[in-house]
Amino acid sequence: MTNKSPFSYPSHPSNPDSNPTGPFAFEIRDLNVWFGTKQSLFNISMNIFYQQILAIIGPSGCGKSTFLRCLNRMHELSPGVRVEGSVKLMGKEIYAADVDPTLIRRRVGMVFQKSTPFPTMSIEENVLIGLKLAGIRNRSFLEERLEQSLRMAALWDEVKDRLEAPGTSLSGGQQQRLCIARAIAVQPEVLLMDEPCSALDPIATAQIEELIVSLKKNYTIVLVTHNLQEAGKTSDYTAFFLGGKLIEMDSTKKLFTNPRHKFTEDYITGRFG
Amino acid sequence: MGRMLFSSQHNTANNDPFERALANRGQKFKENIFTLLVYCCAFTLPTLLVFAAYELTTKCMPTVSKFGISFLFNHDWNPVSGHFGALPFLYGTAMSSGLSLLIASFLGLGTALFLTEFSPRWIQKPLIILIQIISAIPSVVWGLWALFELIPWLQKYVVPFLKDHLGFLPFFQGNFYGVSMLSGSLVVAIMILPIMISVTIEMIKSVPSIYKEAVFALGSTHWESIRIGVLPFIKKGLLGVAILGLGRAIGEAMAVTMVIGNKPEISLSLLSPAYTLSSVLANEFAESTSELHISALYEIALLLGAITIVVNLLAQLFIHGLEPLDFTKLFGKENQKKNLS
Amino acid sequence: MRVAFYRFRKLENILVQLLCAFASFFVILPFVLILVYLIVAGASSINFDFITQLPKPIGEKGGGMANSIVGTLILMGLTFLIGTPIGILSGVFVYEYGNEKLRKIVRFSADLLNGTPSIVIGILVYGWIVSPMHGFSVMAASIALSLIFIPLVLRTTEESLLLVPKELRDAALALGIRKWKVVCYVLIETAKQGILSGILVALARIAGETAPLLFTAFGNQYWTYRLDEPISALPLQIFEYAISPYEQWHRDAWAGALVLLLLIFLLHLSVRILLKKKS
Repeated sequence: MTNKSPFSYPSHPSNPDSNPTGPFAFEIRDLNVWFGTKQSLFNISMNIFYQQILAIIGPSGCGKSTFLRCLNRMHELSPGVRVEGSVKLMGKEIYAADVDPTLIRRRVGMVFQKSTPFPTMSIEENVLIGLKLAGIRNRSFLEERLEQSLRMAALWDEVKDRLEAPGTSLSGGQQQRLCIARAIAVQPEVLLMDEPCSALDPIATAQIEELIVSLKKNYTIVLVTHNLQEAGKTSDYTAFFLGGKLIEMDSTKKLFTNPRHKFTEDYITGRFG
Repeated sequence: MGRMLFSSQHNTANNDPFERALANRGQKFKENIFTLLVYCCAFTLPTLLVFAAYELTTKCMPTVSKFGISFLFNHDWNPVSGHFGALPFLYGTAMSSGLSLLIASFLGLGTALFLTEFSPRWIQKPLIILIQIISAIPSVVWGLWALFELIPWLQKYVVPFLKDHLGFLPFFQGNFYGVSMLSGSLVVAIMILPIMISVTIEMIKSVPSIYKEAVFALGSTHWESIRIGVLPFIKKGLLGVAILGLGRAIGEAMAVTMVIGNKPEISLSLLSPAYTLSSVLANEFAESTSELHISALYEIALLLGAITIVVNLLAQLFIHGLEPLDFTKLFGKENQKKNLS
Repeated sequence: MRVAFYRFRKLENILVQLLCAFASFFVILPFVLILVYLIVAGASSINFDFITQLPKPIGEKGGGMANSIVGTLILMGLTFLIGTPIGILSGVFVYEYGNEKLRKIVRFSADLLNGTPSIVIGILVYGWIVSPMHGFSVMAASIALSLIFIPLVLRTTEESLLLVPKELRDAALALGIRKWKVVCYVLIETAKQGILSGILVALARIAGETAPLLFTAFGNQYWTYRLDEPISALPLQIFEYAISPYEQWHRDAWAGALVLLLLIFLLHLSVRILLKKKS
């Protein structure tokens, strides 16, 4: 038993199954979040492995989406939110005073529950918007990125002949993959996914899940989901949130087969939530 | 993908055009300029309002110090002799807007009910479009129409009828020369009708039909289903619509100026000419020369502004509930819920 | 007894319906009449000279309102130039910037100004611009019209932006796009149809405004191309001709009213086409 496990800090015993020394994409310490006067996250501390998939599960309202939004400072867009604690991305504090949230979001991409292709833009424009609005005009660079991103999102073969079509003309699953392509076109280091499959049919869901696994090669992925099977199928590690607290975090296999907490056990066996 | 495993140091940053573009300080600068611009534009209106309040209050000081509160109760308005009292205008504005509101609210509600509930379907859409077209007609055109169409019609048919049958009432005494309180109120009533009807129709349509159907299911008549299943839900809104119409009626200048007669006299008879706050401004402001006259007109402008502001605030209060102007609170709450889930 | 009550209820039902139909008749009839009369009276007095010639002194045949038509277009153009950026950016402000309190202040001022009678706005601009500059001017008139125009554009901008799903904004910001670019290229871009139609409706509204022009534009019998000179506008000219005692000028007023209405309907029609295209 080493004491370098990502799950242990500060109170849990470590887990020997996992890669104990791996580099961390995120190191989170004592994260507290308030909406107005209501506290929605309590003392969250965890490490997130580099280029692994972390699934966050928990009943609705447990704070998992809030937690996700704290990782790229998206929560700052909601009125009345206050954050305390430390979140380090690749060893650097993202809540430091001199850090530009735009640059953080550039490094930590996000995919939302509802697929959100920009309705006024074509498929191509949707993928390239992040680069174009950053002022990149280099045509060959953009074309290369376009194909690369769409291929990575497993969408290239389906749309390569109609890149000029509006993004909203695609099917639900394709739209979500388009959003993933759009997020990876700016080459972030981390992808946050907020229930990306919850609005999709089973076939589209399977495609996206496959895609998520394949993206692990290049990205650290944090996946919020209410679908336990999805967490089991795709992730390397799983964290269970309840009532704004991190109850348990472990390798997915361990957490699903041999949870340490009674709450976790109740949740994964479907006794509540 | 040629990315380094640990990109935290961004060793590769400068080779990537995207990284370079984002790190560009000019970007941040442009962002700040834009934000500054947005703030400047947004605070143009509040700043101007403060200036407006200052302008009106300082410029009316001479009359305020000379006449004080009696300005409001004096019915003598004579720029030549230097006597100024606003009572005829206050009376004219109150009477004409009150009368037009009375006419317009009953006709408006009736029309709105007819167009949503009682009329055959094929007639509804064209009539609603007609009402929308009519609401775009500018004030001065209404004045033109009232001057050359409405007044002759009143003179020929309506007034003789009123005099024959209701001539004993104080409202229909005296001679009718065309330009009068009656003509002014009628044209204002017609002008405020389209907007009142449109808003009322919107409100009736916004009531979920299950209530009406539930009442229907109890064996009620069509009217009863509306009285019980629709009207109670929009009571406050109807009041709001009426106040909205009142605000418009009070502020209306051109059409009224053209037909109300412009005589600063107080008469109970609807057939005699009158004067309103806005029409005295329209008529005399450009021609006033003496300091006191100008100041008196500024005080009238201030009165008019204050009255319409109060009336509009009341309308907001009734249409949007007890917290006026507070849409964001609603939206904010909704967002918070979304974020929490 | 029950039968009698039932009869009463039925009678009441019919009576109310009749009353409502009656009310509608009294409302719709003048609406139809004014439209018909406007078109008949306007069309019979309008001719080619009317839209190409300057006004002639009373007693002389011919003459038109060409300068007023152009004047109205100039005023609309200037108001558009002044009011659109301010209106849209203030709309963006109340949607996205500042804090709750500041937004409330801005929104509240817009509502107050929107409710202020246009004649009072004319008087204010007279005091701010006309009297310090010792003369009526195109500039003063377009500023007065802008004060009516901006609150309308602000409101429609905000409403159109609220129709854009919040997720789009979040998605754009999550790409690491700067906020101002998100506003310009994603939010406004997505809401542009609503904003544009709001602008057109606001333009239609100011095209017919007369009261604020009385003390700012003042009117002019000749052509003007300078910002510091008085200018004529259709509604002003209609007003002046309508209250004049001359038959010929009355006819010109009707013709002017028809031109003004056509202009306004054209704007409303383009809004309809614009919104149809959307759905």
